[in-house]
Amino acid sequence: MKTRLITLVLMALTCGVLAAPQTFDFKDPKGINNAGFKLDAPLESINGSASDVSGTVTFDSENPGATTGKIVVATASLMVPNSMQRGHMLSDKWLDAAKFPEISFEAKEFKNVKTDGDNTTADVTGTFTLKGISKELTVPVKLTYMKDKLGDRVPGQKGDLLVIRAGFTINRGDFNINPGQYEDKVSDTIELTLSIAGAAPK
Amino acid sequence: MKKALRIVAAILAAGSIIFWAVTGANRGWTKTSVPKTIVDQVTGIEGVSYEKHFVPGVDFLGAALLGAGVLTGASFLFRSGPK
Repeated sequence: MKTRLITLVLMALTCGVLAAPQTFDFKDPKGINNAGFKLDAPLESINGSASDVSGTVTFDSENPGATTGKIVVATASLMVPNSMQRGHMLSDKWLDAAKFPEISFEAKEFKNVKTDGDNTTADVTGTFTLKGISKELTVPVKLTYMKDKLGDRVPGQKGDLLVIRAGFTINRGDFNINPGQYEDKVSDTIELTLSIAGAAPK
Repeated sequence: MKKALRIVAAILAAGSIIFWAVTGANRGWTKTSVPKTIVDQVTGIEGVSYEKHFVPGVDFLGAALLGAGVLTGASFLFRSGPK
């Protein structure tokens, strides 16, 4: 009886550990994680991306709706194909990367959570901070849980992967980026995308 | 001098048009680096890496043609040599 009880306790503990939320680190050793942005402009749209993405997300595969976390993009890593445009973009006239080195999104609440196998879609409400101004946004996201796939991506490591994809729009004027100015040259609306993979080593 | 300026202007105009055309006739802004899509085979995530590569755009072409125009205009400030 005692042995059976101990076995049951051990099984419960093991299951509890397996089902526990995992913390995924989004600093990508392969440098593929990226945040993209697109602004309409005369002649051609301005397309760019940022590669210095970091942050952690706590995810429970048994309860994806309880996911929390914060993703940070280094402002200085924003790239566009034209070096002069990039200089203007990072200068104090636009993003002021020296004074505001981070762009971040902190997830607080998941709604409309739908899980199909390893894929979960949801609307995430959180705090988006750009140029020192924080606003609450609701963003549609897709989470893909890839159990035991870390070794495929980073040889020699065991663990799980979590892929996050998101796309949403903001208005630069809401974040004090030349509000109401130069809209004939650069649109007020900015389309943002996020494609990142985080690792939870075991 | 007048003739020399006009020859330089013609070379500048023709050279810039040829250079712009052979590098892809980019009708957008000049690019100093070119984005290249990289795909992570495990996650399917598409990332972007930038390679340093100069691709002249219409601003480059416009500046070169403007320069050629200025040189041509300046040539009118000089008298023609004796015939």
